[in-house]
Amino acid sequence: MRFISAILFIAILGFVVVAGFTPRAFAQDEPVVGPKPPVVVKPMESHIGNLTGHAAAAKSDYRRYCAGCHGDYGDANGENAVWLDPKPRDFTIATFKCRSTLTGTLPTDEDLFNTIGRGLDNSNMPIWNTFSKQQRADLVAYIKIFSPRWEHEKAGTPITIPAEPAVTIESISHGQALFAKLECWKCHGTHGEGDGPSASTLTDSKDNPIRPYNFSAGGNDSRFKCGSTNQDIYKIFMTGVDGTPMPSFADVIQPNDAWDLVHFLRTLQVHRHGKENEVLAAAHGVIPPYVEKKTSDLAPAAPADNKSTGGGQ
Amino acid sequence: MRTKQMLPALLTLLVCSSLMFAGTVSGKVTYTGTPAHQKPIDMSKEPTCAKQHATPIVTETVVTGANNALDNVVVYVSSGAPDDGQVPTQAITYTQKGCQYIPHVLAMHVDQEFDIVNDDQTSHNIHPLPKVNIEWNKSQPPGTAPIKEKYDKPEFIEVKCNIHPWMHGYFAVLKTSHYDVSKDGGDFKLPNLPPGKYTITAWHEKYGTQTADVTITGNETKEQNFTFKATPY
Repeated sequence: MRFISAILFIAILGFVVVAGFTPRAFAQDEPVVGPKPPVVVKPMESHIGNLTGHAAAAKSDYRRYCAGCHGDYGDANGENAVWLDPKPRDFTIATFKCRSTLTGTLPTDEDLFNTIGRGLDNSNMPIWNTFSKQQRADLVAYIKIFSPRWEHEKAGTPITIPAEPAVTIESISHGQALFAKLECWKCHGTHGEGDGPSASTLTDSKDNPIRPYNFSAGGNDSRFKCGSTNQDIYKIFMTGVDGTPMPSFADVIQPNDAWDLVHFLRTLQVHRHGKENEVLAAAHGVIPPYVEKKTSDLAPAAPADNKSTGGGQ
Repeated sequence: MRTKQMLPALLTLLVCSSLMFAGTVSGKVTYTGTPAHQKPIDMSKEPTCAKQHATPIVTETVVTGANNALDNVVVYVSSGAPDDGQVPTQAITYTQKGCQYIPHVLAMHVDQEFDIVNDDQTSHNIHPLPKVNIEWNKSQPPGTAPIKEKYDKPEFIEVKCNIHPWMHGYFAVLKTSHYDVSKDGGDFKLPNLPPGKYTITAWHEKYGTQTADVTITGNETKEQNFTFKATPY
């Protein structure tokens, strides 16, 4: 009897030791089964004017209105995502198209707030104007839970946009010269129809084919992906559309030259009734060739031996 | 005054100690099998670049040399030599010339500043595609200032120019100062390694990574070769 209980004791002890030391090794080999763990809603906030958004308050709105495309985990793997082109934003990498901040930086809360309210033209992201401002602010806070970048980094500083000068045939002409010089036409085409020589080869940062913006499509109310005002166009090419082939030109275009480019781009929207097309019509639809007046359109090259300059705006 | 007197002695000590205790790992990177055929690049859409090449250049995904040598392999100490946090101050440059990236693979230390230069008569957009570091995308027309950048996390980052889709390169951002990129027939050299046990990793953009353990006991040169299995696709 004693002998048996001794064996039993050793067996139990052995089991406890084995069970105590091995489960980690086993666990690594076992496939992960069952549902993914629930999303941890971190206490993120957003600040837009006097509004403060709280992530926790947007939980049900996100599940009901956003997760279908952007996914429960913000990874752009919602059940509708496979059917969409362009693909929904992946919040886990925190790269955003519509920013007032420089390329590679996080957008401001206001940028994201405006994106939700405005929707993204030429995509499946609708205009969420049914939401209250508080709901939108809460959703801005909610999408911050998906990337650790929001915990370690501050949003970029919005670029400074000088007051818009008057539209003249000269500003349009200079803008056209910049359009040629900066080789915007390589992708957007000479007439802005999205048919430049590189257009057919473009892919976004996830290797999905993507089309350059066609300025000539659309009517009087045609919008850009990131807005519809002249200030919005200014921001789009200065800060770039991150995650897409559209680069930032903030380092290479002087602020006032940028306005001239905006005025020319408006004339590519041939069906739009606006100041720019009126000025062009008054000039009988002919843009005169640009006569160089300024010493340089582009930021000067830094001397090779001077490391402290360069990359400036 | 005192410092001046001590300087020669200190220098001698420094030189001696580095001579006595610095080992080197050097070797050759080769391949077995059949590497992918590199295709000629059609640059006719960019005449200013096309005319810089007497004969069309080919893609650089796999660059080989005589005796099965494999170039553009990043060889670095991946463990055994804790990073001292010293960021090299030497200037390194990634040049766009003839619609090509020179070098094809630019190795650098985490936080090391590097210049991106456009030597062409056409605009490029520099669009590195990091997964760990932060993505940005900048236009660089001809004659504009070099773009200064750095990355704060180790990663192999694919670089492309969306305007010229054949342009393709890599940044190798490493958390060690012991690295080299195999060149001129697959040769690499990792000098100034104090005695110790090291893991050396070799990374190729198409054929993946390989590792080897090397022990340095003193002032010696250890040979460590790497052989990648090449696949035609």
